[in-house]
Amino acid sequence: MITLERITKTYRMGKLEVPALQGIDLHVGEGEFVAIMGASGSGKSTLMNIIGCLDVPTSGRYLLDGTDVAKLSDDQLARIRNRKIGFVFQSFNLIPRTSALHNVEMPLIYAGEGSRTTRATVALGAVGLADRMHHQPTELSGGQQQRAAIARALVTHPAILLADEPTGNLDSSSSVEIMRLLATLNTEQARTIVLITHEQDIARFARRVVELRDGRIVRDEKAV
Amino acid sequence: MNLFEALRMAANGLLANRLRSSLTMLGILIGVTAVILLVAVGNGASVQINAQIQSLGANVIYVYPSNAKGTTGVSQGFGTGQSLTQADVDAINTQSAPDVVAAIPIAQSGGQITYGSQNYFAPTTGTTTAFPQVRDYQLAEGSFFTDDDVNSRHRVVVLGQTVVDNLFGSTDPIGQTIKISRQSFRVIGVFASKGGTGFGSQDNVVVAPITTVWAYLTGARGKVISQIVASATSAATVTQAETEITTILLDRHGISDPNQADFQLQSQQDILTQATSIATALTLVLGAIAGISLVVGGIGIMNIMLVTVTERTREIGIRKAIGARRRDILVQFLIEAMVLSGLGGALGIAVGTLLAHEAPSVPAIASSSFPTPVVSPSSVLLAFFVSVAIGLFFGIYPANRAARLHPIEALRYE
Repeated sequence: MITLERITKTYRMGKLEVPALQGIDLHVGEGEFVAIMGASGSGKSTLMNIIGCLDVPTSGRYLLDGTDVAKLSDDQLARIRNRKIGFVFQSFNLIPRTSALHNVEMPLIYAGEGSRTTRATVALGAVGLADRMHHQPTELSGGQQQRAAIARALVTHPAILLADEPTGNLDSSSSVEIMRLLATLNTEQARTIVLITHEQDIARFARRVVELRDGRIVRDEKAV
Repeated sequence: MNLFEALRMAANGLLANRLRSSLTMLGILIGVTAVILLVAVGNGASVQINAQIQSLGANVIYVYPSNAKGTTGVSQGFGTGQSLTQADVDAINTQSAPDVVAAIPIAQSGGQITYGSQNYFAPTTGTTTAFPQVRDYQLAEGSFFTDDDVNSRHRVVVLGQTVVDNLFGSTDPIGQTIKISRQSFRVIGVFASKGGTGFGSQDNVVVAPITTVWAYLTGARGKVISQIVASATSAATVTQAETEITTILLDRHGISDPNQADFQLQSQQDILTQATSIATALTLVLGAIAGISLVVGGIGIMNIMLVTVTERTREIGIRKAIGARRRDILVQFLIEAMVLSGLGGALGIAVGTLLAHEAPSVPAIASSSFPTPVVSPSSVLLAFFVSVAIGLFFGIYPANRAARLHPIEALRYE
């Protein structure tokens, strides 16, 4: 599903070159639930941006669902993000003053696909938010907003679900709720999930843990 | 992304900041109102001028002598030649010219007019008996002079209403004797007022038999005909009548090349054409001045759109992350700008039309000679499309800025 080969990313700050990723080789197969861990500055955000096609690597090859996305144009990357990747962010990132339903419809609008309301309703039902779909983000609790965001990520049936610190802004009970939801999606619907986190407790829900330090993978093991 | 979705997004964005959206719209609204109103005033002036010229008689044709040439061939100015004669007038009246009703000679003379202690200045027109018919004058009192008066050079005059007002006050002028250039004339009739204003009042006239004017007023200049006035059967036959008169006169003067003619024709239609082109220029100037305020409104839209794009950087980042292409973001913000300007334009058209409609009922305007504004459908359409185009033009830069935002930086924006 995801194949990263010798991926490097170097940021240029004036004359200084800052290496963020120094040769990452990683393969994530279909139906896996991988947690990418690391302290801040370890390069996990950079890796997530590259996996999420928000950024392109400085060198190396990235095959997503069979497509080499390392050298695509902005619009082609937008299309990949729309069709193959579902994002779940730490700060939910729902569009303000817009109902949960319409937020979930949004990726379908950009995809130009039909029967949007039906599909968005189904997606919201799947995350247990059917009764709140006409509420705006400000009228939803943190946990509910994150559920809506997960519904939005899933509505286009993407190849992978990319969750960047999805519980970072939630209290512990909501966190557990959200992680259970992700785990269920993985086990029951065989969703491929890549989770970025720095918390051991959260990473425990995943079935494989990859740890980054200074732009390199230092640990890659299956959970028991 | 279809148009309906784009409009829905734009409406959402605009409703989020109602006060700001309405103020921005107000800028365009005022600009469009100004354009509609000023162009309507220009159109109104044009209609008014047309009506006045029509009141002079749309079927009247003037024949002037050509510019006389000096010995060196230098033109001496319009109407200075002396190529027209009474025989020309008779020829037009007697030869076959089916579209000409009648032609009359005109001899002009200026002169101080006195009655008792009153004195006044008005041009004296020497002509023949068909004058009231050709120039469409009605008599209010007395009668017009007869062929006998013309043949015998009787010193009789018919006065216009303005002259009567200035000389006689409340006295009945009929039968009174006035003096023009110290010669005595008896008043035998008074014309009914034609009510025209501007272009030299049609009521400021003194009319006498042409032979009398030649004998007593033009003096040494002799039997000069300064112009021939003819009337066509209707406004529609003016062009044919002009051709007939030209043919008769060219033939009489023995000229084969029309470009060498020693006379020239002018109809009210020609004057109308000139006046209309002046009025059109006036309308354009007024419209252009109002257009400046539209540009100012457009800059207002650009300013607000730049602020909006900055404020919504994070939203743009989210949209890009879930698959919006550059074009989607561009279209979203462009449509927002165009809805602002288009809505402002539509409201401006409504306000402008309403003001133009209500203007004549304002007492200060009704009592002046200010033209009644006329809103033309073409100016309404133009104003609407120009305002939408302004949204497009001034929205391009902010929308493009939004579309080019990098998704990661936009998502990190606080």
